[in-house]
Amino acid sequence: MEMFGDPAIWLPWTFAALMGLSILIYVILDGFDLGVGLLMPLAQEDEKDRLVASIGPFWDANETWLVLAIGLLLVAFPPAHGLILTALYLPVFLMLIGLILRGVSFEFRAKAPAAQKPRWNAAFFAGSLLASMSQGFMLGMYIMGLTWTVAHVAFALLTAVFLTVGYSFIGAAWLIAKTDGALQARAVGWARGGIWGLILGIGAISLATPFVSPRIFDKWFSLPEFLYLSPMPLLSLGLVAYLWWQIRHLPHADDRRAWGPFVAAMALFALAFAGMAYSFYPYVVPEQITIYEAAAAPESLFIILIGTLFVLPAILGYTALSYYIFRGKATELRYD
Amino acid sequence: MDTLILSRIQFGANISFHILFPTITIALGWVLLFFKLRFNATGEQKWMDAYMFWVKIFALSFAMGVVSGITMSFQFGTNWPGFMETVGNVAGPLLAYEVLTAFFLEAVFLGIMLFGASRVKPWVHTLATFLVAFGTTMSAFWILVLNSWMHTPQGYELRDGIVYATDWWAIVFNPSMPYRLVHMLLASGLTVAFLVAGISALRLLWGDRAESVKTTLRFGIITGAALIPLQILAGDFHGLNTLEHQPAKVAAMEGNWETGPNVPLLLFAVPDEEARENSFEIGIPSGASVILKHTPEGVVPGLNDFVAEDGTALHPPVAPVFYSFRIMVGTGMAMLVLSWGGLYLLRRYGAGAMPTLPLVGFAAMSFSGWIATLAGWYTTEIGRQPWLVQGVLSTKDAVSDVPAGMVLGTLLGYLAVYAALTIAYIAVITYLARKASRGEPLSSRRYPRSGEAEVAVIPGE
Repeated sequence: MEMFGDPAIWLPWTFAALMGLSILIYVILDGFDLGVGLLMPLAQEDEKDRLVASIGPFWDANETWLVLAIGLLLVAFPPAHGLILTALYLPVFLMLIGLILRGVSFEFRAKAPAAQKPRWNAAFFAGSLLASMSQGFMLGMYIMGLTWTVAHVAFALLTAVFLTVGYSFIGAAWLIAKTDGALQARAVGWARGGIWGLILGIGAISLATPFVSPRIFDKWFSLPEFLYLSPMPLLSLGLVAYLWWQIRHLPHADDRRAWGPFVAAMALFALAFAGMAYSFYPYVVPEQITIYEAAAAPESLFIILIGTLFVLPAILGYTALSYYIFRGKATELRYD
Repeated sequence: MDTLILSRIQFGANISFHILFPTITIALGWVLLFFKLRFNATGEQKWMDAYMFWVKIFALSFAMGVVSGITMSFQFGTNWPGFMETVGNVAGPLLAYEVLTAFFLEAVFLGIMLFGASRVKPWVHTLATFLVAFGTTMSAFWILVLNSWMHTPQGYELRDGIVYATDWWAIVFNPSMPYRLVHMLLASGLTVAFLVAGISALRLLWGDRAESVKTTLRFGIITGAALIPLQILAGDFHGLNTLEHQPAKVAAMEGNWETGPNVPLLLFAVPDEEARENSFEIGIPSGASVILKHTPEGVVPGLNDFVAEDGTALHPPVAPVFYSFRIMVGTGMAMLVLSWGGLYLLRRYGAGAMPTLPLVGFAAMSFSGWIATLAGWYTTEIGRQPWLVQGVLSTKDAVSDVPAGMVLGTLLGYLAVYAALTIAYIAVITYLARKASRGEPLSSRRYPRSGEAEVAVIPGE
């Protein structure tokens, strides 16, 4: 196999895969905690602490996946990194302000004088909203090839709304799994409200992407690829149907299938992401720079890869440990 | 102002805001581990009270550090694309190792450290505390390796203007790395020592007579008094290392224009880069020669040696380096006087009966570590100019071509948020101290010690 013979071929491929994996993990993990932040204004005052408690032990590690993803882009594809981030200068700034507000509000709302708590709750929501919207906007701009035209910005604004609603859906799905009683019932209601965003968002992106370039169109709609790929949209449709059906019937008396919506939403995000990865490969900057052109020197990538092979399983291991330790329903938030 | 200077101010603002919090968390993590281990060993409640109070400040500082750190990682791409394009083959793996070996470790175990005490065995919680402290220190190690390499690069070769790594051992253990790492870790230790002493003094002033407050005041003073001589020594070694590798920076630090012997140690002066001389000099004769060369006849490099044929300066801007160096050293001296004076007062009066004036002094110096750390970083980073990577990449060649207005707009946005958050941060710390001094419990939780039977203290668990 020649592919595994030439490091200039398989190293960029491996790093693109690692980066894709980090982005996907980030979108799912920070997606649910951003989503919980988006749901804050809908919750009653006495429920807000439980909302925060359900994500308290996880959000920091979840956000680290974004640092890893951007770090991999930075180290593995330096020219693409500069190009993408300077093109997205403003939305990146807004996202960072959002993430800053959100991350510190976690702590401030628990520690500042009680009278200031509503203000920090508001900052927590505003930060989540700003971060979600700008991430959705960047996704839209990326799909449209990072050029600022009115049509592209309009599409990006649309994806901004969809991703935000999508995050709030996965946040609600997380709350269904991690809470009980009245709050859980309300979370099911939020999920019912949010599912349209998820469907429309994935639908819009799936429909728009092939028309961005004839190259992507041919990748999807020529035979026999079309047949090989058909399980992907079909599976997505199946998952949507399952979600639709689930959130009409939850919560069950013995709390069975409480994890169903979250797992199905994860699978849906993963499928949508895989579809996008398939569309854009081998480009890292759409239609401009391929991963092979942008890759850093193989010897440097190799150094990182060796470390990654040892460290990544450890990271996954102790991340799993953390989710295991904080398993079960979220209770009162306790800094102890 | 153009994109270059605005981008420099923006990066400076971001990194200045960021460094405030790791400076606290690096050492505070180890301090918390110490409190925890003392509690495990003695069972005295005061150690757990101290832990419970300071872990809150740790959690707050950690969150501030995380979010401002994410900003840093994006700024490389948004404002300085030339940096990664030129030296990415060296900087990339170092940053990747920081994320992989440090960020995840601290982020995951922080969750267990903050929220998990009732869910895991005591030794697991102590282990989580250790891993968080270890993670913050690892993070400091990798970032200081990269930063030191930017000052004293080696172990690479240039091919078509791009840096390729040839010797990773040489890159990691570059000449200034050990000095810079030790200097920074000690700075972190001192920042925390004075923060702990200062907040404890504040609580004593507010009438708090809790055992834990006296203990933490004692702890802060003793730690500060022990670390400051080490820091002065480490700083001196670091200076000698800089003299060897970046003489222009040392010339700017000393405000010395002409190379020669018997260079005075300037306590104060106003450097004038136009006239290339100082006014209002107050100095100790031959002092700089003695410090840098250990003899009055020692020849100290002057700034005029670093000027191109056509008159453009190849040395850093003199005034900012000169002043920030003096602010750092001045703060260090104040720390020396206060901590050693505090040591004497501890022996004389004990922590509980300390007179008001020194307590006010400690309280006023709570955040002195921040001032010294920032001043030190300005000295070394501005002192590297006009280079981004000494001798390899100049700062102006790395900047992005984003319009200046956009950089200015975002800069103002960042500054507003940072100012608000810094104020909120200090306000919340004093609020927590106030609340604790009024005797209001910060947590009702009782901790089991290792070996003791675990008792469920939260109903329903």
